[in-house]
Amino acid sequence: MKTEDLVSLLSTGTAPVDLRLASRRWLLALAGGASIAFLLTAGLLRLNPTLLEEASQPMFWVRESYCAVLGALGFVAVVRLARPGSPLGAAPMGIPVAVIATWVLAAATLVMAAPQNRAPLILGHTAAVCPFLIAFLATPLLIALLWVMRSLAPTRLRWAGAASGFTAGSIGALAYSLHCPELAPPFFAIWYLLGMLIPAAIGAWLGPRLLRW
Amino acid sequence: MQLIEEHLRSLILQSLAGDAAAYRIFLHELMKHLRSYLRRRLGGLPEEVEDLLQELLLAVHNKRHTYDPKQPLTAWVQAIARYKLIDLLRHRSRRDVLTDSLDEDDQVFATTANDAAEAQYDVAKLLLGLPDGQRLPILYVKIEGASVTDTAVRTGMSKSAVKVGIHRGLKALAERIRGIE
Repeated sequence: MKTEDLVSLLSTGTAPVDLRLASRRWLLALAGGASIAFLLTAGLLRLNPTLLEEASQPMFWVRESYCAVLGALGFVAVVRLARPGSPLGAAPMGIPVAVIATWVLAAATLVMAAPQNRAPLILGHTAAVCPFLIAFLATPLLIALLWVMRSLAPTRLRWAGAASGFTAGSIGALAYSLHCPELAPPFFAIWYLLGMLIPAAIGAWLGPRLLRW
Repeated sequence: MQLIEEHLRSLILQSLAGDAAAYRIFLHELMKHLRSYLRRRLGGLPEEVEDLLQELLLAVHNKRHTYDPKQPLTAWVQAIARYKLIDLLRHRSRRDVLTDSLDEDDQVFATTANDAAEAQYDVAKLLLGLPDGQRLPILYVKIEGASVTDTAVRTGMSKSAVKVGIHRGLKALAERIRGIE
């Protein structure tokens, strides 16, 4: 078939295209994946029994905002990476800024603490399981985001996968925080971030394998 | 450049709203720009040019729902062309066909070329390899120009199955083209 014939084939009988389809799919994936993460937290891990008391402490909201802001910024990057030729813009630069801000907060906490308290501030009681549980909670959202990404047209496959994983990890961390009893900034600055980076690494590995079109 | 952008952008917006005549003009103009671009990139391989050109047009068609009207159309096409070209060079390990580095400066919309070489594969033959549920809707609607309703009656398929068959068939066609060495 000549290319002219292909042009005529493609243009014959075209139907209108719904341009909001991508946004609807993204919101559906985000809502679905996040709901599953929260349901798994409540049903499998159990909510932190002292959640209501902790919610009155400012550090609780610092931790929640940290996860939510990273999730939102990651999501912006995901949406932009799915469209060919769409500039990433300034928003994703907020991710390193937020990460460094919590490291500064963590360092300040450690400096002000008595030397014998520093190790417990970093390790808490749950450091050994925290990153893995966050990665576990992130999995459904990661699958959903990659699924939608596949139906669109990412051109930087590794970044598209990594951003999907990081977003899923941040939302997974937000869900996990309702179970997690740790409020010390050194704890979440390290272990929560690690929990977000595990799905990000998996996404970066999967990207070129799953997202090619 | 600005003129090309405005012209093609208004054409694709009409196309996305369902205007088949505008879409035909759009794809035809795009074909000329892309052919000229691929010729510059792929040096002396006219068969490769026509193959990749058809793959690119299918990609633009299959991914047209990812165009954001707020975004320049030329940037969208440029990114697709670049991605497909890199994908071709990476996965067919034909780096030798690249005459020089794939820099951002080389513009899809700098020139046009109308004279076509024959593609190495034949989309019509590839079409024959598709299952009936995809082949017949493409044959009746896209080649013969029948309506979706008539095609549904002729094939005994539902109208939505006809539409899905076209959509999946064109995607499968793009994948088959890509799989050909």
